[in-house]
Amino acid sequence: MDFQLTPEEETFRAEVRAFLDEMLPPGTHTMDPAFLAEWHRRVREKRWVGFSWPREVGGGGGSIMQQVILKEEMAKRKAPPLGTCFMGLAWVGPAIIQYGTEAQKQRFVPDILDGKVQWCTGYSEPGSGSDLASLQCRGVRDGEHYVVNGQKIWTSIAMWSKWIILLVRTGPPGVEHKHDGITCLLVEMDTPGITVRPIRNMSGGAMFAEVFFDDVRVPVGNRLGEEGQGWKVTVSALAHERSSIAEVEGLLRKLDELVELARRAVKNGRPALEDDGVRRRIARCETRIEAMRMNGLRFLTKQLKGEPLGAETSINKLHRAALEVEMGDLALEIQGSAGHLEKEVEGGRWQRFALNWPEVVIGGGTPNIQRNIIGERVLGLPKD
Amino acid sequence: MNFGFTEEQELLRQEVRKFLDANAPMEAVRKLAETPEGFSRALWKQIGALGWLGLTIPEAHGGAGLGLVDLVVVLEETGRTLFPSPLLATTLAAAAIRDAGSEAQRARWLPGLAEGSAIGTIAVVEAGDRLDPGGVRLAGRREGGDWRITGEKLQVLDGATADLLVVAFRTGSGDGEIALGVVERGTPGLTAETTPSIDGTRRVARLRCEGVRVAGDALLGAPGAAGPALARLLDQAAAVVTAETIGAAEGALRLTVDYARERVQFGSPIGRFQGVKHPLAEMYVDVESFKSLLYYAAWCLDQGDPEAPRFVSMAKAYAGEAFARIGIDGVQLHGGVGYTWEYDIQLYLKRSKWARAAFGDPDHHYDRVARLRTEAR
Repeated sequence: MDFQLTPEEETFRAEVRAFLDEMLPPGTHTMDPAFLAEWHRRVREKRWVGFSWPREVGGGGGSIMQQVILKEEMAKRKAPPLGTCFMGLAWVGPAIIQYGTEAQKQRFVPDILDGKVQWCTGYSEPGSGSDLASLQCRGVRDGEHYVVNGQKIWTSIAMWSKWIILLVRTGPPGVEHKHDGITCLLVEMDTPGITVRPIRNMSGGAMFAEVFFDDVRVPVGNRLGEEGQGWKVTVSALAHERSSIAEVEGLLRKLDELVELARRAVKNGRPALEDDGVRRRIARCETRIEAMRMNGLRFLTKQLKGEPLGAETSINKLHRAALEVEMGDLALEIQGSAGHLEKEVEGGRWQRFALNWPEVVIGGGTPNIQRNIIGERVLGLPKD
Repeated sequence: MNFGFTEEQELLRQEVRKFLDANAPMEAVRKLAETPEGFSRALWKQIGALGWLGLTIPEAHGGAGLGLVDLVVVLEETGRTLFPSPLLATTLAAAAIRDAGSEAQRARWLPGLAEGSAIGTIAVVEAGDRLDPGGVRLAGRREGGDWRITGEKLQVLDGATADLLVVAFRTGSGDGEIALGVVERGTPGLTAETTPSIDGTRRVARLRCEGVRVAGDALLGAPGAAGPALARLLDQAAAVVTAETIGAAEGALRLTVDYARERVQFGSPIGRFQGVKHPLAEMYVDVESFKSLLYYAAWCLDQGDPEAPRFVSMAKAYAGEAFARIGIDGVQLHGGVGYTWEYDIQLYLKRSKWARAAFGDPDHHYDRVARLRTEAR
């Protein structure tokens, strides 16, 4: 057991910190578009965008440990998002690098790295829920095109995206394995026949949308991987998800804000932070967050040894889900009877936080799906 | 960065497991739990010879000079089978002498503890149940270069069989005016009476001191300056209990998973039902998580890292809470038979009741975590 970093890793951390000190001095956080563009350009210049991607496609070729350090330091400073490329960097880029043709790599990867093109991911469908492979949206080959008909739902940021990475069923109906016959297509969102309808959520905002496809013609050259191999393409793209150590920094910052809220808020006639129940719940959250960090370090050790991560990552997904709900509830309860008011306290940011947990909790597999995964793949219990 | 055990540590784990499988299967544990001393002197000698007792004692004093992380490996295994022995108690006494004693004191007491010819323990808990230097009321009175101590200690692990007792007492009324003194068994005025525990695999005692003489050269460190040493000792105690809890909770989970795979109801193994599968998955999530926290806490204690108290408390609080839940769910998922004397799962439930309360319950440790977060930053 050894938690020290090598001198090279420490040097890298110092480099990252120095850069962040320069770019993000305390109190200067801004979401001003000009600043965001400059921020992206400077990070890109360092090759820290797509940091784990091979250098030949324009990535940074960074090691796993360096990636962790970079993400951790950025999260500690609450660094702004990079351009408009979250989905592109998280899922689309890695999939294209692994399965794309030379032409596809040249066409799509630089734009993702430069933050020029917003991507969304068309996986979920009405009725498919956690059973992603049961999707029904069809793609029928017609000469040099696939003609797509069907609907996607829960498509994050579809209304602001220029491209979608789409899963369609191309195989014959009733194939033996439902994972067979799925094909992955890269589709431009302004292609005729695509309609996007935002889904208004319970906090009043909209992060997700429904996307409708009505005889949408997609050139065969925009197919990613072989026909019928779309499931494999998707699964390996999802496997790029790295350990959740960086998430922990964000959650700890959120917890600090919760502590400050509890210092100011009055509960039963005194600061909420003096209430034993509140204090213990804060400590409980902190304990779960640090457990996530330490679990993440154990997973990371496996990755560093070249072992694949399996069902164990579900552990931290469950923690994250529980924490989102618990911290939101706690924030509202700290506010006492004002907890139910929409905008009274801090402009209502905690109210929105307490209502937005499904974005994190349900996306990527509900908690009960995670429990099934652990029960079956780790504990060896019989399948449902 | 490497958050894993070394090859040597894995070998040690295999050896410990092999020994326990051969010498202390559950039937043997049940029998030992019913003997007056609650453990086997013969096995105690053997584990002394195998080096378990001296693992964290310096080589110069008959030990292996390893760290708490290595001891965690042994404790996970002794926890897994609920192996009854004064291992925790002896380890803690040795830690106190190693960390706070002089070289002469180490030479005097550690070799016996390392080989198992002496059983050790620590006596810190009192009425009032405060686990900090301020909670020590047992009074010391100076008599020449010696001290006379009077008062009572509670829940002293293996207190009735211990040959060396590290006793925390007060040298003055000030907050930090604490001493740790080594008292040998048989000292006039010292009596220990076993107080039955609901966990039959543990022996705890009430210790009475009536003017017990503690020689000046049996004080660990300067009189009245042992507050930090006591705080550290309490952290070590919480850590070793949690290390055993990892194994015990894994043992309970394994028993229950095996049962859920075999037990057929409504024409199906019950482990297929989400009502059974999901609580078992939650047990796994919890054990892995407090395990990660405890490993890091043990590493911090070995390194003298200032994060140690925070991580010890997080690990102990989480473990206490989770193991209590695991004990209850484990019995429930067994159905009615889980509550019978014959089934082993109930032994784990009883261990969970002991482990939750020992050296600070979850509330105690969460309070400390909250204090560390809200006051220091």
